[in-house]
Amino acid sequence: MVEFRYRSDEVTEQPSVTLDAFLDQSNATAVRLEPDDDARALIPFLDRLTLIEVAFPKYRDGRGYSAARILREAGYQGELRAQGDVLVDQIAFMRRCGFDSFAPEASLNPEAVARALSNYDHVYQKAADTAVPIWKLRHG
Amino acid sequence: MYKYDNYDQAIVDARVADFRDQVKRRIAGEITEDQFKPLRLMNGLYLQLHAYMLRVAIPYGTLDSRQMRMLAHIARKYDRDYGHFTTRQNIQYNWIKLEECADILEELATVEMHAIQTSGNCIRNISSDQYAGAAADEVVDPRPWAELLRQWSTFHPEFSYLPRKFKIAVIASAEDRAAMRLHDIGLELIRKDGELGARVFVGGGMGRTPMIAPEINPFVKADDLLSYLEACLRVYNRYGRRDNIYKARIKILIHEIGADEYRRQVAEEFAHVKTLGIDPPTAELERISAFFAPPAYDASDAEPDRSDPDFAVWLDQNVKPHKQAGYAIVNISLKPIGGIPGDATSAQIDVMANLAEKYSFDELRVTHAQNIVLPYVAKRDLYAVWQGLRDAELADANLDLISDIIACPGLDYCSLANARSIPVAQKIATRFADMDRQRDLGELKLKISGCINACGHHHAGHIGILGVDRKGVENYQLTFGGSGAEDVSIGKIIGPGFDEDGVVDAVEKATEVYKALRQGNERFIDTYRRVGMNPFKEAIYG
Repeated sequence: MVEFRYRSDEVTEQPSVTLDAFLDQSNATAVRLEPDDDARALIPFLDRLTLIEVAFPKYRDGRGYSAARILREAGYQGELRAQGDVLVDQIAFMRRCGFDSFAPEASLNPEAVARALSNYDHVYQKAADTAVPIWKLRHG
Repeated sequence: MYKYDNYDQAIVDARVADFRDQVKRRIAGEITEDQFKPLRLMNGLYLQLHAYMLRVAIPYGTLDSRQMRMLAHIARKYDRDYGHFTTRQNIQYNWIKLEECADILEELATVEMHAIQTSGNCIRNISSDQYAGAAADEVVDPRPWAELLRQWSTFHPEFSYLPRKFKIAVIASAEDRAAMRLHDIGLELIRKDGELGARVFVGGGMGRTPMIAPEINPFVKADDLLSYLEACLRVYNRYGRRDNIYKARIKILIHEIGADEYRRQVAEEFAHVKTLGIDPPTAELERISAFFAPPAYDASDAEPDRSDPDFAVWLDQNVKPHKQAGYAIVNISLKPIGGIPGDATSAQIDVMANLAEKYSFDELRVTHAQNIVLPYVAKRDLYAVWQGLRDAELADANLDLISDIIACPGLDYCSLANARSIPVAQKIATRFADMDRQRDLGELKLKISGCINACGHHHAGHIGILGVDRKGVENYQLTFGGSGAEDVSIGKIIGPGFDEDGVVDAVEKATEVYKALRQGNERFIDTYRRVGMNPFKEAIYG
């Protein structure tokens, strides 16, 4: 279930299909990526996707962070959802990698999430969000 | 030395508040130990055999007297009055109370220090050459680059849940004092056609499968470095193995797909990443470099008075040439005979801080061999420095000798260990306590790990000792021929293991073989490389 969403558009109701199924039939608009899947396989189809769900079976498995950035770097504008073992202390990194909705398996405390997202005013590196890296603030 | 600006300070301060909240939730029982574990591990806090251990980052091993005094203060106030300097140029405190952790971090933050990413499957503290800025043979001071990497890697959103921990070393000399090619990424700064850049080595490491990092790129321009490293890390994050913790380091990925294929994938990723504008402008490296400008040297070149024989011995063993005439690099051994390698009391840490403030332009370094360096000592002050060290029992003249042992904490502290390391180090040092005998043996790097994870760098020891558990009994395997220097190599096991006293005897026999066979100025490792393992085996097992 989507607990946190940082988008103003309508939630996609269409269930997501696996990457293999999507590449086979390809009229779906929502797809689910497992950690093993190559996010780049979706790049030719990004225009017609409204939801990409990235699975985190275990919080320790960080492949989804790279998948998210790759999709955003390729220009994907639709909903990018982190689903699974998503913990409060990962949300800020996930936001920075381009995720804009979260469906954690274990429910998260909204206050704790809000705090995690506002803890740090600045960041050192450029990523898939709009945060301006400190080096740019220093040098304009 | 680098100084934080408001941005750097705000990040470290925010981390303290963040961690204070996490600890509070843990103590209140709002989160379980399982849920707390990934949080504390992101912050250098380990649950060891007897207590929590806190690892504090010393970026590229550089610190000033104010920071060093804070380390002493923490040892005094929160621990049992000592700290342990590590092979990654950090310091560990072994007897920490969970409820005091946030206070410790808060005190550290007042002197621009932290414990961020000193554990966890993320990019760890960046290590470097302890002689940076002082070495005659360096192309450029590597520390500004290390600081640039520190900032880039701090809370990196994509690379905080890598398959495994990730260690980066930066050097800028042909002589490698940082075991650069035994890191996940080793950078050697070089100049090519007048332009500065880095040779990039990827996929080295120790642990249970030691590997020497192959060169992946002979020259990456300064302006491309962060993009290139992002590409290196992204390929690893996507394709590094996650099915087996022992096969999860990047060295295994590169070993399995081959350096050529990894290089190709990185090049492809780099071509894309470079378009994202993630590299800071040259002005940022220049801004950082300004903090590392040479100190205001003012001493004329004068050789110290060698009439005190103990001083002369120390001078010859522990003091190294400096790039500036009139100056020298002082190595402070934390390896007293019978002591614990890398340990220092709060009083000793204070003494080193005071000497640095008075005689070394306020700077100290931690070495990967678990010693301390005063990098900028005027030759006229060497005798005073030596006297100060001697009075604090810090003047052991054994740098790079057989008693200058690297040892992990082992089963005395560590929950991963199979065997004790410290008592073996103490017994070997005691066996070779005669300093004339040690000097006669010359450079001999002996390194001890208490388990296969190799924190004591045994693979890189001229003589390496690995403690294993054999049917409930501590057993020690011997390896010969390793090196972490520019002549990098991995040691080979010589035969069946020994008990604690047996391994000490075997080391002694090996030194006798060396003495009998050495030619000219050969070091132990040179003789071993020339004659091979057999003469040693015969003497030890025959």
